[in-house]
Amino acid sequence: MSETVSFTIDGKRLTARAGQTILAAAEASGVYIPRLCHKDGLNPVGGCRVCTVRVNGRPASACTQPVSAGIVVDNDTDELRSWRRQIVEMLFVEGNHFCMFCEKSGNCELQALAYRLGITAPRYPYLWPKRDVDASHPDIILDRNRCILCGRCERTSRDLDGKSVFGFIERGIHKTLAVNAEARLGDTGLDLTDQAVNACPVGAILKKRTAYRTPVGQRQFDREPIGTGVETRASLTVRGGEPGGGKPVQGEAR
Amino acid sequence: MSKPRLATCSLAGCFGCHMSILDIDERMLELAEVIQFHKSPITDIKTFTERCRIGLVEGGCANEENVEVLRAFRRNCDILVSVGDCATMGGIPALRNFVEIEECLREAYVDGPSTHNPDGVIPRDIELPLLLDKVRPAHEVVHMDYSLPGCPPSADTIWAAVTALLSESPVNLPYPLVKYD
Repeated sequence: MSETVSFTIDGKRLTARAGQTILAAAEASGVYIPRLCHKDGLNPVGGCRVCTVRVNGRPASACTQPVSAGIVVDNDTDELRSWRRQIVEMLFVEGNHFCMFCEKSGNCELQALAYRLGITAPRYPYLWPKRDVDASHPDIILDRNRCILCGRCERTSRDLDGKSVFGFIERGIHKTLAVNAEARLGDTGLDLTDQAVNACPVGAILKKRTAYRTPVGQRQFDREPIGTGVETRASLTVRGGEPGGGKPVQGEAR
Repeated sequence: MSKPRLATCSLAGCFGCHMSILDIDERMLELAEVIQFHKSPITDIKTFTERCRIGLVEGGCANEENVEVLRAFRRNCDILVSVGDCATMGGIPALRNFVEIEECLREAYVDGPSTHNPDGVIPRDIELPLLLDKVRPAHEVVHMDYSLPGCPPSADTIWAAVTALLSESPVNLPYPLVKYD
């Protein structure tokens, strides 16, 4: 149970409990590996591939790959940052992400990853898919324009809430988040207190009437890059984060 | 010798990014020391007569005139910068991309609740630029060298980028200056 193994990540020697995933072991030692579809408390699925690292030279998703003794992991390299950037850019052009009027802006993990990775505009053409908004629930809104199909709500509802409110239909580019009801979200058993409501990394599932309690500009990722918490929690000597451009964080957002 | 020239334009945008340019406040005097404004709504110069070092492009392309102006900027500017979310991703005008263009025009000119148009005429004068099928970000029409997202990008963001470009140093914006909202 308490058997430990050691491995290296970007040349830094870390220890892990046997069977721990690379992502969890790195996080425990203050090394942030970017991720979108994984959330603490959920079983990892390795769906989004944002956490891709090289393990002894071979690409693997850090959220699913267990640590084994002596592995050499590359995480923060130009190549991996470039792959992650491309995944995030594809997510931006595949959906309809209008940050300027999105309630989630500043607390959105997709946006925060783009900030951290230094994306100023995606290089791929926008697809402008036609997606619908389901506002039928009295307290919760479901905007499929912003859904990145990470499945966090689906897994949270099934595994933690025990409800299976959400599911996926269709395949590939047509894949869509569906609700387990004859008609709409309002016909499901989803409650405002369900953990699934807070599982969404983007602005696809939102609580109504809470939008601007924290003003834009003062939100979590306005203040600090995503992952900073992981990096500072383990070692308080680390100041700020290292966003994609490699420039230190300075000053205050205006 | 002569100062480098800077051009700006607002395509399918709201002029908010130009407001943000003006929002550099007294630094505008500093800027005027080192550059000369050429074609821009600020100078009201309508056509390019000289080559420009930097072109700041607000707005995406919603019609053929936007495309023509953007192409003229590409031909006449050494460095083209997308300024704001409309130029970098289409922005608010791109919300019409989810509606068929005919339906869009009917709503605007015929069916809208505040529209008075008894003859039901949709403007189609030859003087009017035709709408594109979709509103497109600037980099989907011509090559853009840099992008400054934000709605609008803050004055500090614009200032940091323009001064870096003028001093030919890399545009490495600190974290708080790159925001999409």
